[in-house]
Amino acid sequence: MSESGYADTQPRMGFFTDTSVCIGCKACEVACKEWNLVPASGEDLLGMSYDNTGDLGANSWRHVAFIEQQVPASRVDNLGMPTIGAPEQDGAGVRWLMSSDVCKHCTHAACLDVCPTGALFRTEFDTVVVQPDICNGCGYCVPACPYGVIEKREDDGRAFKCTLCYDRIGDGLEPACAKACPTDSIQYGELDELRERAERRKQELHDDGVTEARLYGENPDDGVGGTGAFFLLLDEPEVYGLPPDPVVTTRDLPDMWRRAGAAALGVAAAVVASFVGARR
Amino acid sequence: MAECHPVGFQWVMEAKKRGAKVIHVDPRFTRTSALAHEHVALRAGSDIAFLGGLINYVLSNGKEFRDYVVAYTNAGAILREDYADAEDLDGLFSGFDPETGQYDVTTWAYEDAEPAPAAGKRELWVHPDDEHGGEHHRRSARPESYGSGGAAVHAKPSIDETLEHPRCVFQVLKRHYARYTPEVVADICGVSTRQFLDVAEAITANSDRRRTTAWVYSVGWTHHTVGVQYIRAASILQLLLGNIGRPGGGILALRGHASIQGSTDIPTLFNILPGYIPMPHAHQHLDLDMFVGLDAGQTGFWGNMRSYVVSLLKAWWGEYATAENDFRFDYLPRLTGDHGTYQTVYNQLSGKCKGYFLVGENPAVGSANGKLQRLGMANLDWLVVRDMQMIESATFWQDGPEIATGELSSTEIGTEVFFLPAASHVEKDGSFTNTQRLLQWHHKAVEPPGDARSDLWFYYHLGRIIREKLRDSTDPRDRPLQELTWSYPVHGPTDEPDAESVLAEINGSGPGGPLPSYTTLKDDGSTSCGCWIYCGVYADGQNHAADRVPGSKQDWVAPKWAWAWPLNRRILYNRASADPEGRPWSERKRYVWWDAEKGTWVSPDVPDFETTKPPDYTPPDGATAEDALSGADPFIMQTDGKGWLFAPAGLTDGPLPTHYEPHESPVDNPLYTQQASPARQTFGGEHNRYNPVGSDVYPYAFTTYRLTEHHTAGGMSRALPYLSELQPEFFCEVSPALAEETGLEHGGWATIISARTAIEARVLVTERMKPLRVRGRTIHQVGLPYHWGPNGLSTGDSANDLLSVVLDPNVHIQESKAATCDIWPGRRPRGKALPELVREYQRRAGIEGSEA
Amino acid sequence: MGIREWVEGWPVYRQLTGTDRLGLGAAAQSDVSKRLHARTEDADEVVRSICPYCAVGCGQRVYVKDGAVSQIEGDPDSPISRGRLCPKGAASKQLVTSPDRVTRVLYRRRYGTEWESLSLDDAMDMIAERVIRTRRETWEDTDENGVRLNRTEGIASLGGATLDNEENYLMKKLYTALGAVQVENQARI
Repeated sequence: MSESGYADTQPRMGFFTDTSVCIGCKACEVACKEWNLVPASGEDLLGMSYDNTGDLGANSWRHVAFIEQQVPASRVDNLGMPTIGAPEQDGAGVRWLMSSDVCKHCTHAACLDVCPTGALFRTEFDTVVVQPDICNGCGYCVPACPYGVIEKREDDGRAFKCTLCYDRIGDGLEPACAKACPTDSIQYGELDELRERAERRKQELHDDGVTEARLYGENPDDGVGGTGAFFLLLDEPEVYGLPPDPVVTTRDLPDMWRRAGAAALGVAAAVVASFVGARR
Repeated sequence: MAECHPVGFQWVMEAKKRGAKVIHVDPRFTRTSALAHEHVALRAGSDIAFLGGLINYVLSNGKEFRDYVVAYTNAGAILREDYADAEDLDGLFSGFDPETGQYDVTTWAYEDAEPAPAAGKRELWVHPDDEHGGEHHRRSARPESYGSGGAAVHAKPSIDETLEHPRCVFQVLKRHYARYTPEVVADICGVSTRQFLDVAEAITANSDRRRTTAWVYSVGWTHHTVGVQYIRAASILQLLLGNIGRPGGGILALRGHASIQGSTDIPTLFNILPGYIPMPHAHQHLDLDMFVGLDAGQTGFWGNMRSYVVSLLKAWWGEYATAENDFRFDYLPRLTGDHGTYQTVYNQLSGKCKGYFLVGENPAVGSANGKLQRLGMANLDWLVVRDMQMIESATFWQDGPEIATGELSSTEIGTEVFFLPAASHVEKDGSFTNTQRLLQWHHKAVEPPGDARSDLWFYYHLGRIIREKLRDSTDPRDRPLQELTWSYPVHGPTDEPDAESVLAEINGSGPGGPLPSYTTLKDDGSTSCGCWIYCGVYADGQNHAADRVPGSKQDWVAPKWAWAWPLNRRILYNRASADPEGRPWSERKRYVWWDAEKGTWVSPDVPDFETTKPPDYTPPDGATAEDALSGADPFIMQTDGKGWLFAPAGLTDGPLPTHYEPHESPVDNPLYTQQASPARQTFGGEHNRYNPVGSDVYPYAFTTYRLTEHHTAGGMSRALPYLSELQPEFFCEVSPALAEETGLEHGGWATIISARTAIEARVLVTERMKPLRVRGRTIHQVGLPYHWGPNGLSTGDSANDLLSVVLDPNVHIQESKAATCDIWPGRRPRGKALPELVREYQRRAGIEGSEA
Repeated sequence: MGIREWVEGWPVYRQLTGTDRLGLGAAAQSDVSKRLHARTEDADEVVRSICPYCAVGCGQRVYVKDGAVSQIEGDPDSPISRGRLCPKGAASKQLVTSPDRVTRVLYRRRYGTEWESLSLDDAMDMIAERVIRTRRETWEDTDENGVRLNRTEGIASLGGATLDNEENYLMKKLYTALGAVQVENQARI
């Protein structure tokens, strides 16, 4: 964390969302909105199973996806998920996957890289937060996000997304969504510890025959350097609307920035130097 | 459970993590199914067949917990020779009178043991020749009035402990359920025999000395014309498996409202007084002695009923209630029949009922046959609505569905309506009783806005004003009001009555101050108590409902968080967790046991037994009340201390649960010629016509339910943006097969029609709804969440408008979980065309004018 | 703000003088962000409550600031809920602070087409009058055989099951003294 410039060393904090115990109640969505005073996004029946939120956005910092799948009866038992109806009669079963999605708080966060105003910043908890008092609504961050998380609020102009409840965790509280979650599907904690816990949970499910359980976003070597919010999924990421192989859109930015920005930075440095000198 | 009690479901997930198998039996694949190991989709209204199949599996495979069954149930009791079972009489039990549609229950009794009425059920025991007897009395108080008690039997029956006697309950049970084979279950329920056997094996393998199985239910079991029998069926199964009174066992009702348990304990229900004491019946209860039935020689804790009643009368009429005047027993109004909410609506329609208070309730959306509700309200002189939001029951005169169809017109509705804003839970002190009988106090945080007031404020001040207006009246009918104890301290800017002073009155007091236990109540007028089962919540003058020792700082029973009735017991009848000698059935399931050295029962909980009554206690001849129960009789509210597999008293529709079809069913009953429960309660009127059985005009089954994101009739959810956006409008759920058959399109509109009305809903086509093979046919089920009405942010037609009023005869609860309909694509007609469509359907079904 | 403070607050200055060389961390943190903290910490009072929706009975903590509810959260001390809430419970603050709440008495006269306003005192008095009148008009001393009834079927009540025990108690007590027997609750439904 020394690179982020904070005096106090903090462990990196994050979310582990274990979708195998998610009951799709959407308490996370409501608790998030209540705490962060996020506006309602309006009544629109989407016809996407029980999902009427649709996706993450400026007014939806948590989003519970509902995926209804037909499963051959023979596979049902192996998945540790229930079937429906009478298999002798109709052969096919159903499983209903639910998953609460959220900003990933990437290790390499493109939104942060492209923000020209410093509105997006990395906190002492290694989370990525937009500062509404700085944001000028330029919107560069929006296309930069490989997950389509951050978005401009229409009637406001500024960009918003999950802050991992920056105000709460600074006071030692859990983020609102994790606190409300009835089945502890959303777990908040030190990222290292969460990764170990997730690995154990995955193994547990594998031992129970749920071999499809896999982690998503826990790998520091992935295209975004691993995410601060990662998931245990029961199917391919695409099924949940997650990119299978996300890559930070600013992967080449440091080089570009070094070249194009060198001159400008030189000017700024000169200005600063004069004040530093004056302080003596 | 995940769907409607998500936070409670965390404990199911904990159990699952520890290896518990979770089975979900439900017509619909819900959020609960998604997390269960197995989902059993059965046809709505067929659960007794399913449970009966499980009972048969237990009995025919010798899977019962024999020691428990012999010691703690009435399995060995010998029945009368003239008892005839539904299996003998093609769906009727002995004693049925086809003229009245009711049972004479005499033959259901034990041999040589004259049955006696118990609290709340005396009218059932009127001899047919009794001058005030007769069939209409049976429609008054009902078995829900037993609460913690039960119907009574006078003397202990003859018992065959070998359970071999052909007329003993165990053998009767065996014969009764013998036809409930896996194949019959499959035929009625649409559940495969393999899946049925999976469940049967799972629950029996998990029920013995070391293991227990719990059943959890909700209104999916109670909203039937045989709702009480559903619960009875589960009781039989759980008693046979030894799963009652033990940790991890039980039949757990998940109730849907913050204090719906409290609303039954301290009832705003017509048939009972606080603590499940029945309301007196005009013809049976001429005075207190007759009411308490001293001559009945009662056994079990209901034997102390006189103390409970006298203490209640003292709480209400104080110094005016004396032994000389029967403690003002005469002041209690008398019942003569069913005065329940649906009967009330009929009384409104006939003009008998003129004034109506709705207090946080929205029957225009939440009750069966909403049109009947709205027409009733439109025929009142005055209506008072107390709520936080402008609910449909307050606006029916302005923009209700009948205004749109022209059946009603605002300028012709003579109902005066008062809307009084209500305070929220954070704006008042008070206690809720949750689904596990826990009284939990909520403290006031802020003042209510504007004219909003607590319901405590409203009733206290309404009573105060009425009493002031009648202060000088000499009319004897006003004396119950004039003499009523009605002085509660008030405080704050609104003169809010002190809720804790009301709790103190509920708890009761005697010469020494607040009472610690209902066992200290006296029948001589020296104690007062507003609700005997709550006695102890204010022991030592402390509000124990507000006890808040954190769960993390207590053992798993957590007795210092809030207060459970009775006497802070967390598991009822927990004496059954030990064997007859008082030893835990197993170390693993240890909960209550007898410590012979100390001479007491020991438990992390409060033992639900007299603390020092040893396991070998044998009652002396002539003992009464609790003294008449032995040291091995765990069911202490029952007159015989036993769990009843067979109910010799207390039910109006049969001593054993048996499968009847719902009143509106797409199929016939394969078991009997008797199609539906012969004792079910039906109503007439042109707005309550019924769909014929097996009608191809109304060919589909439907069931109603709730969603996580909304709350019942929507008053507390449809106006909230954060909840409304999550489920923004009314929809129906149908299978792809039904969609194909009827042309319904995902995301499009459907019109759904019954003999009552037609409604429209957006369509969700989902694999979660599956057609079932039943009686050789494919049965389609339509799923209808019922939260909606025209007001608020999330809107839509009301599913309950489709329902008829047809009730369980024991408890007068409507059958809203299984009925029939037609469905087709597109929106419903508007204006006059809507009732015309409904009539057209009625004509085709041949039921127009059927109420005559 | 002096010019030095202004410059020292300038992210680029902080970036170049601190350890946050990329300028994406501490250097970019605004003063507002620095001061951020949970508003629950500012509460004047934390009041223990119980969720008003279903009968699980989850514990709630109500945070009050300047006489208004600033937040409602699960109570972690509850052995029932362990601090968790469902979406309805989590929406409790919106329930109690909703701008759509009706907070004034409204009155619709017979055959009226609109709501009218009415004072709470007048409403209480009018309701009391109507109860007394209807009770007198519909009173039944006895049935046709002279058996005591002592009641009225002219007045009925249907309550929701979010009523407190104390409220239900006063309701049943008052109605019983009035002789009203059609006293019902969601518990029947």
